[in-house]
Amino acid sequence: MKASEAPAPAMTDASIDPREVALFGGIAAEWWDPKGSSRLLHAINPARLAYIRGQALDHFGRDERARAPFGGLRALDVGCGGGLLCEPLARMGFAVTGLDAAPENVAVATRHAADMGLAIDYRAGSAEALAEAMPGGFHLITCLEVVEHVADLGAFLGALERLLAPGGLLVFSTPNRTPQSYAVLIVGAERVLKTIPEGAHDWNKFLTPDELTAALRTAGLSVRHVTGLGYALSRGFAIGGDTSINYIGAATRA
Amino acid sequence: MKHSDVIIIGGGLVGMTLALALDRHGLSSAVVDAADLPATIAPGFDGRASAIASASARMLRAIGLWEAIEPHGCAIDEIRVTDGLSPLHLHFDSRDADTGPLGYMFENRVLRTALLAAAAQAANLSVHAPARTTAVERGATGARVTLDDGTVLAAPLVVAADGRRSPLREAAGIRVGQWRYPHTAIVTMIEHERSHGGVAFELFYPSGPFAILPMKATGDAAPGTRSAIVWSVGSDDAPAYLGLPPRALAAEIAKRMGGFLGEVTLIAPATSYPLGFHHAESYVGERLVLVGDAAHGIHPIAGQGLNMGLRDVASLAEVLVDGARLGLDLGDPQLLARYQTWRRLDNGLVASVTDALNRLFAIPGRPAAAARRLGLAAVERIPPLKRFFMAEARGETGDLPKLLQGLTV
Repeated sequence: MKASEAPAPAMTDASIDPREVALFGGIAAEWWDPKGSSRLLHAINPARLAYIRGQALDHFGRDERARAPFGGLRALDVGCGGGLLCEPLARMGFAVTGLDAAPENVAVATRHAADMGLAIDYRAGSAEALAEAMPGGFHLITCLEVVEHVADLGAFLGALERLLAPGGLLVFSTPNRTPQSYAVLIVGAERVLKTIPEGAHDWNKFLTPDELTAALRTAGLSVRHVTGLGYALSRGFAIGGDTSINYIGAATRA
Repeated sequence: MKHSDVIIIGGGLVGMTLALALDRHGLSSAVVDAADLPATIAPGFDGRASAIASASARMLRAIGLWEAIEPHGCAIDEIRVTDGLSPLHLHFDSRDADTGPLGYMFENRVLRTALLAAAAQAANLSVHAPARTTAVERGATGARVTLDDGTVLAAPLVVAADGRRSPLREAAGIRVGQWRYPHTAIVTMIEHERSHGGVAFELFYPSGPFAILPMKATGDAAPGTRSAIVWSVGSDDAPAYLGLPPRALAAEIAKRMGGFLGEVTLIAPATSYPLGFHHAESYVGERLVLVGDAAHGIHPIAGQGLNMGLRDVASLAEVLVDGARLGLDLGDPQLLARYQTWRRLDNGLVASVTDALNRLFAIPGRPAAAARRLGLAAVERIPPLKRFFMAEARGETGDLPKLLQGLTV
């Protein structure tokens, strides 16, 4: 689909960028192929799941050795793609809703969850629209590698704030805007190694941790923790340390 | 259809220990074995014994098996390695370091009995035996195993613990690097006059190693008067030895022992195993993982075969428990890759050191023997080298999984 043919966003969907939706909808079928265009997401998944689990255990005071410690809590994954994060969150015990702007992704995610015997509520649409339907509806909101793709950051973060239940937790991750991230993500991953679909990122839309922290504060959310999400040849992807390429963090209502 | 976290094909020492280690962490297994498992614990089933390295023993303690087997085990306090009956030897004494025994010797029957009893009590474990698999299907969203009684098992992951000729490995098209040694191991049990004093003896002869491994005495026998024998002979000579009457075979054994444990009596029939080496080129496939003999088999020269399998168990259990807590599909290639990276290098190292050791000692002639004696004496005098071999014997080299440190995950 060419960008010009994408449907015009509705009034409440200011955060959705139609070109972004078309790109990610176009790779929908490959979400669950660990060797396909989503292989980097598969590789990075254990590290970021460990971070989400750790922050949530801490925040909600649950048992770290339990297999599904988050019973009774509702989670929302914004920009859920094919459901790579929703399925693990469901196995951890959350009642999960997955939201994506691309209907093709929602179709793939719904079919895969059914194959895996998982009950996940997938919806196509915008965060703004869901915030009107289910204000305060979620104890945990995850929003990983999404803010760099949205058209109206303020409107988007405002919607996340409205979706968060009192005492809830937001976990976000996104690339930093540094020379290192340009070299690694744009030149290295997209153009040379092609581990990320070319054109997936617009480096100019990347946010530094300070910029994102300020934007979250404007939306009424307070950042509690930020750390790096890096790659080491010996260990693969790991949490901690250097934030110059990618970072992950947690926020609560201010 | 019966769902579980893993389906384990093969309920031997390695497969059943894995099922119990997973159970201890709340992960469920369906174990399938073609054998009538209670028959494998009948006295005299195979008369085999195994060395359990101290790290493996810590895992058995952590998963609650140790209490049942400890009274039947014999601690290995010392290992003495010699070139034949030469007085120059390499000597590992755990009492030097005051860190507990190097390992323990058990009859396999004792281990099997404890595993089956624990399996019967385990909440997250179902045993299907005797049963044969009629179909194993592994696909993008899960695996299914159909048994000959019509039962259908479903799980995200199938574990091949089905032995050195692993049908699952063959069906998956995973190739194996292997060769045969021109040797056969004769295995039996003896009683002897003098106490072994908790010492394991490894005597190297040109035809291969001759090991005397200390066993706990049973019945009225005086303490320390029972040992297991693992005797490597040229494959051409094996039938002749095996054809000897017990008294004559005991005399042959006594001759190689040089009489230092006194009179020798055979107390079990001698059995034999062709010696070989094999290593799977990959430990993983789609929703499939290999453990124990299905993945690797080495010369029993250093008593590390079962311990390598138990190290597979400890690593795989940790990988799967970590993965389950992260909510991952237990057949996720990321998890399987972590297990493979963790184990394959370590097993390859143990396998090549063992192979080199065996080849070194198999070279006939006086110059080679002189070099070996010098080598043994050198290891004896170089503390770091000696510590490495002791750590290897204990099963403590490499990046240790939590279970081998005696911890749960």
